[in-house]
Amino acid sequence: MRRVLLAVLLSTAVSGAAFAAERLEVPYEMFRLKNGLTVIVHEDHSAPLATVNTWYHVGSARETPGRTGFAHLFEHIMFNGSKNVPEGAFDQWLEAVGGNNNGSTTQDRTNYWEDIPANALETALFLESDRMAYLLDTMSMARVNQQRDVVKNERRQSYENRPYGMASILLSEAIYPADHPYHWPTIGSMEDLGAATHEDVANFFKRYYGPGNTSVVIAGDVDTKTARALAEKWFGEIPAAAPVEPLAPRTVVLPGEKRLVFEDKVELPRLYISWPGPPAYSASEAALNALGGVLATGKNSRLYKRLVYDLQIAQDVTAGLDAGALSSTFDIIVTAKAGRSLEEIRKVVDEEVAHLTEKPPSQRELDRFRNDYEAKLLVRLEKVGGFGGKADQLNQYFTYTGNPGYFESDLARYRALSPADVHAVAFRYLGPGRVILSIVPEGKRNLALAEVAK
Amino acid sequence: MNRIRLHATAFLAGTLLLASGNAGAVDRTVPPVPGPVRPLKLPPVKRVALSNGLPVLIVESHEVPIVTLVLLIKSGAAEDPLPKIGLAALTAGMLDEGAGGKNSLALDDALSYLGADLKAAATWDGSIVDMEVPVARLEAALPLMADVALRPDFPAKELERVRRDELTGILEARSEPRQIASWGLSRAIFGKGHRYGSPADGDATSLAALSVADLRSFHEKHYRPANATLIVTGDVQGAQLVPLLEKAFGSWAAGGGAPAPVPAPAQLKGRKLWLVDKPGAAQSVIRIGRVGPDRRTSDYEVLEVMNTLLGGSFTSRLNNNLREQHGWAYGAGSGFDYRRTGGVFLAAADVQSKSTGEAMVEFMKELERMKTPPTPKEIERARNFLALRFAEQFETSRQMAAKLAEIVLYDLPIDTFDSFVPKALAVSSDQMVRAARAQIDTGNLAIVIVGDRATIEKPLQALKLGTFQVLSVDDVMGPAPKLE
Repeated sequence: MRRVLLAVLLSTAVSGAAFAAERLEVPYEMFRLKNGLTVIVHEDHSAPLATVNTWYHVGSARETPGRTGFAHLFEHIMFNGSKNVPEGAFDQWLEAVGGNNNGSTTQDRTNYWEDIPANALETALFLESDRMAYLLDTMSMARVNQQRDVVKNERRQSYENRPYGMASILLSEAIYPADHPYHWPTIGSMEDLGAATHEDVANFFKRYYGPGNTSVVIAGDVDTKTARALAEKWFGEIPAAAPVEPLAPRTVVLPGEKRLVFEDKVELPRLYISWPGPPAYSASEAALNALGGVLATGKNSRLYKRLVYDLQIAQDVTAGLDAGALSSTFDIIVTAKAGRSLEEIRKVVDEEVAHLTEKPPSQRELDRFRNDYEAKLLVRLEKVGGFGGKADQLNQYFTYTGNPGYFESDLARYRALSPADVHAVAFRYLGPGRVILSIVPEGKRNLALAEVAK
Repeated sequence: MNRIRLHATAFLAGTLLLASGNAGAVDRTVPPVPGPVRPLKLPPVKRVALSNGLPVLIVESHEVPIVTLVLLIKSGAAEDPLPKIGLAALTAGMLDEGAGGKNSLALDDALSYLGADLKAAATWDGSIVDMEVPVARLEAALPLMADVALRPDFPAKELERVRRDELTGILEARSEPRQIASWGLSRAIFGKGHRYGSPADGDATSLAALSVADLRSFHEKHYRPANATLIVTGDVQGAQLVPLLEKAFGSWAAGGGAPAPVPAPAQLKGRKLWLVDKPGAAQSVIRIGRVGPDRRTSDYEVLEVMNTLLGGSFTSRLNNNLREQHGWAYGAGSGFDYRRTGGVFLAAADVQSKSTGEAMVEFMKELERMKTPPTPKEIERARNFLALRFAEQFETSRQMAAKLAEIVLYDLPIDTFDSFVPKALAVSSDQMVRAARAQIDTGNLAIVIVGDRATIEKPLQALKLGTFQVLSVDDVMGPAPKLE
């Protein structure tokens, strides 16, 4: 992610969930410019706000060996000026009209949004289109180097100086083979971050940042006709680029159990169990998400109730699918109470997993999860901009399914689930091939799992 | 190549290109000028009272079929009776651990089956029970919310479980540099003698001692209709809603009253720097603060614009300096935490260890620089950034409820938010300088840095920023919790 700004906020905000009983539709219009850019317009006139939400269909999965972290570094460079936008002006000009912005990078895609007062829509379109068209005209190594330092500090802040911060990196490396695009972390390694050259920047931009590999959502207090004309006006002149073929899904099968131990500056041991799974939006995804809910959402979920509520040997537990376009992992993460061994935790986890590979959950367990899922999807629809708002969701659905209006289909796949479906995916995916990572306080390897299963 | 193509099109007849809607003629040499600002129109707030006097605020919005309900109790951590710090937070945290004849698990099952998300928590100034629920399930969920808020059982068995969770949370916080810094800064600004000098959620010593009787007594004293307001936002029809609310909350025995405010905290005298060693840390967590104004300050809009310029936006001076100019940090910022009595001014960044001393020099420079007039461009940008997207803070039913809660908690005029935009847009350079001189007095500051002492102590000492002390985690957070 590009930025974290500190805000001192009153914590009177509330949080929560909701429920959808009727058909869920978010109206939109989609069209393609001559250069291949996909534009999606959604009108919402409830507040004088608008957003421009851009997804480039490229992420860290496209990186090459020795250049890990490049897609994310590139995301940072995108804010440092283009031909008609001097260095620093992207943010200054946007803020001057009341706008805010951010960007983020995952394995599959890089997204950017500008939230603006609706009267300043054109400012956002100008800025976004200028860097899509003319980023390289003013690119310099000095700009790359400056953001390189920022990104290194992002890595320090979000990974190295954070308890358990290295876990996701260790797990991906252990699950995915070295040539799998999900093997390396999006943040990259410190060495590789130092290696990026001007040529890398230019090549990456030309190869992956063309309009044909990109989708833009314009949403909020706009009318579709005007939005369309403005999209043509600002993005129309960008030359088309060679098409980018999507990467083929590549799932992983592990032959057996792999165990890792990592000592960290932490107080409590934490156990990570990770199984390889299917890609996002594939047939089993909904059932695997439901499985995560049955295992670890709410006090009555199987693992929470056993580990945290009844036995009180764990502080917290999560379970769920982390899915990308190529593959996924199903992860169970348990933080032990002080001094508890992770072997004790693992035994309970495996007992509960075994119950679900042997027998379906109850209808009520499934319903609890489903109602929660539907509610959370609805809550997100109250917001137009930012990460996770309607515009971002339209773009996510488009990027992964080709259909921005996937909302109702998304709910439908959860409504269609039966307890037997949850049982089936537990049986199919939570088998012996997995990675187990023990993170323990420095000097306390005795709390970790034995390196080889007994 | 792009340049040549653009020049070529510029020679063509502009009218033809515009008429055809063709691309290529767009003038990028000056940024587009925005149209007139579209005014923000906040929806009306309906006020009613239930038969027991409980005030209810209702704001309807009908885009998404969900409802947010907030029962706001105007007593929070500031009302903890010393030394029982953390009592308000633990009382709120225990509300859903058994209530109205249902145990902890039964409550969780009933609520999650309805798709209702119910939470309770305490802030410095209030205790909040909130629920977000699909409107179709509102009638079924309301009695559960009322049970939790009004009829908690506080079972001893659950208290022991939750206590152990909380104490374990404190143990975890001891390994988190940002948490250590946050505890440290409160203590450095307010000292041990003021309630704000200790964490709102309590510490290991206080949490170990709180009893069921303490929770009951806090609940009985503060959770009363005369000290509460019910806020309902979202897809409701006021006329049909009120009888449902009356049924759920109308029988709550009238009475109670506003708590006595905490004493106003004394401002810091001089500068002090506390260093907490975190051997081998990749970054230093820097937190700089002092006593700030309360939420009712007449300077509220001035301070918000001033802070936007200093550290409240991406282009702000702190972020621009430490991140964009020097690359020492992923981000830097500042802000005011306004409370009912007093508050906090905070400036912060996590910087790479080897640049800690230089970063402190830049921090002090930027704070000092606020005493001289900013450029007109900076001021306009800060005003617009803060004011022109203000509507965003009211987008969701949850946000709307939070904004209404702010009005109730701080007894603000009901038109507070209607007048915010014009007031913020009118803030002048003189006002900002005056406010900065009063509130960002660099001579009287507390600085807490959590980082690798071996790397950062010498450069920090050399700066002679103020009285210098090296503290342990125990000094800052008290003794580690005792857990079996």
